[in-house]
Amino acid sequence: MSKLSLAVEVAGLRLRSPLMNAAGVLGMSPPILKRVYDSGAGAVVTKSIGPAPRTGHPNPTLVRVSCGALNAMGLPNPGAEYFADEVKALKEMGVPVVASFFGGSVEEFAEVASTLSEAGADALELNASCPNVQEELGMLASDAGNVEKVTAAVREETRLPLFVKLSPNVTDIKEIAAAAERGGADAITAVNTLKGMAIDIDFRRPILTNITGGLSGPAVKPVALRCVWEVAEAVEVPVIGCGGVTTWEDAVEYLLAGASALEIGTAVMTHGFEVYGQVNEGIRRYLEENGFSGVKEVVGLAHQIGEEQDSKADRYSIRV
Amino acid sequence: MHIKSEKNRTVKLTDIVSECRDISSLLFRDEETRGAKPGQYLMVWLPGVDEVPMSVSAIDMDGLSRITVRGVGEMTLRLNGLSPGDRVGLRGPFGNGYTVQGEKPLFVAGGSGAASLMPLVEEMHRQGTTPIFVLGARSADMLLFVDRLEETLDENLVVSTDDGSRGYSGYASGYAAKLMEEDVFDMVYTCGPELMMAKVYQSAREHGLPIQASLERYVKCAVGLCGNCAIGPYRVCKDGPVFDADMLSEVQSEFGVSQMDASGRVTRVEH
Repeated sequence: MSKLSLAVEVAGLRLRSPLMNAAGVLGMSPPILKRVYDSGAGAVVTKSIGPAPRTGHPNPTLVRVSCGALNAMGLPNPGAEYFADEVKALKEMGVPVVASFFGGSVEEFAEVASTLSEAGADALELNASCPNVQEELGMLASDAGNVEKVTAAVREETRLPLFVKLSPNVTDIKEIAAAAERGGADAITAVNTLKGMAIDIDFRRPILTNITGGLSGPAVKPVALRCVWEVAEAVEVPVIGCGGVTTWEDAVEYLLAGASALEIGTAVMTHGFEVYGQVNEGIRRYLEENGFSGVKEVVGLAHQIGEEQDSKADRYSIRV
Repeated sequence: MHIKSEKNRTVKLTDIVSECRDISSLLFRDEETRGAKPGQYLMVWLPGVDEVPMSVSAIDMDGLSRITVRGVGEMTLRLNGLSPGDRVGLRGPFGNGYTVQGEKPLFVAGGSGAASLMPLVEEMHRQGTTPIFVLGARSADMLLFVDRLEETLDENLVVSTDDGSRGYSGYASGYAAKLMEEDVFDMVYTCGPELMMAKVYQSAREHGLPIQASLERYVKCAVGLCGNCAIGPYRVCKDGPVFDADMLSEVQSEFGVSQMDASGRVTRVEH
C-alpha cells in the first residue's frame, strides 16, 4: 500500500506537506533552509526581509523560559536586494520558498514585495506583526484600517499567493483578519509571538536588550489555537496555523481548528530538525487510523461541534 | 532536555586571574558549568553591554569553573576589568563539545584557542593519554596556559611564536604540518584563528587524519533557532562549535573564507 499523501493546496500553492518553518527561525541562509526542507517541510519561510540591511537588536536577544522562548531579534536581515540572490539560490536547490517581508511604510512594504516576487519566491508572507520593532515601525497588526491598506498596496505589486501574518496581541483578531482579506490576502497566518518579558532578579534588570520580546513555544499554543479558531470563522481564505506546534497532536488540533497548513519554529530548539518528519508521520498515522484520505478532510472539523454548541447555547441562553 | 542549564542565571566571580598579555580568566562556581563537556561554551552577559559566547576553559578545578577572555572589544575589556564579587550572567553550557578519541592525538592551538582545548587535554591526560600539543601565539608573552600545559604535558608541549621570541619561529599551523609529516597521529584537535585552523585542516586531509576543529561565528540565540551562526547547513551554536572532518568538507567553501554578520550579509573571514 502506498503511503497516504500529506499534500495540501494553500492559496494556490501546492505543498507536499502542510508543514513550514515559522518566519525568523533558521531563515537566514539557503543551505540551512534547504535542511529544513530536507527534514520534511513542504516549503520554507525566510527571515523577514526589509528594504535595507538591519543588524537587529544587540544581545541578549533570546531568553529560555519554562515552556518556550522569548526573543527580540529585531528583524535582522540583509535587505531585499541582497536577499533576492538567496531566494534564487533556494529555487535552484528546488525548494519552494515563502518570502516573509516587512516595511516601515506602505510604500516600503510594496517595494520589498515587488523585489522578492521578481526574485522568484513562490509566495509572500506579509509580516504585519513583529512585536519587537514597535517603536521604530509601529504595530501595524493592531489597526484593521492599516492592515487593509498595506495588504491592498502589496496586492497591487504581486500576483503571488499572499499570506498576511497577524499578531495575537490585539483585542479582536477576527476584525484584523477580515481587514487583511478585504485587502486581498490569499491566506492568513495566525499568529506571531505573544508579547512578554523576563527580568533577572540579581541584576534587577530586564534580560532582553529590547526589554520586551515575543513569547513562542508550547506556552503560547492555547492562545494561538484560539486565534486560528476565530480567524477561521471570520474569513473565507485559508488559515496557516503558527504557535507552539511541537507534536503531531498539536498539529492535528490546529488542523481541526481550521488551519490548512502549519508553521513550526520553537520546537526546533527542543526537538531539532527532526520535528518536521515526526509531525508529518504523526499526522499521516492519525489520518490513516481514522479513515481520512487527506489533510484537507480534517481542516476545520472541530467547528461542526462548535455549531452544535451554538444551537444549544441559543436554546438555553437568556435572550435580552 | 536540560532546560535548567539553558536558563539565565548569574554567578559571582570568585577571582580574576591574569593568564598572559591581554588574556584573563574569570573564576566562578556554577553547578551547570560543572556538568560541561570539554569544548562547550557559555553565553556570558553583562547588562547594558553584550552577551557573547565564551569557551569553558576549566570545567571543575576544585569546584570552580572558568572562562578565559582576550580583551579585544568593549565586552571583553569590560569582562577582564571585573573584580571578585562582581556578577556576570550565564546561559549554557551549549554546543556539542569535543569527542574524546585517539591514542596519539595532535593538538594545535593559536591565539586564545587553548581556552577551549585545555579541559580536553586534562580529560585525556586523566584517561592516560598525553597528546602532542602545538601552542602558538604572536610572541612569548601571549602564550596562553603555557605553564598549565607544560605541567601536564612536559616535553609533549611544543611552543611556536610568530616573532620567534620563544620556541619554534613561525606559525603553529606550519609546525603542525611538519609534525604530521614526520610522525603518525590518529586525531587532530584544533582551535584558534580560523585561517590557522583551515591550514591545519588541509594538512590533516593530506595525511588522511580525522580532525575536530572548534569554530566561531556570530552567535545570537545559542539554541539553534535564529540561524545567524550558520555555516553551510550547520548551526555553529548547536550542531557545533566542534566540526569533524565530514562537516568541514561540507562547509569548505565557507570555512576560512566567509561568515555572516549580524544582518545576515556575507563578509570575509579576516583571521
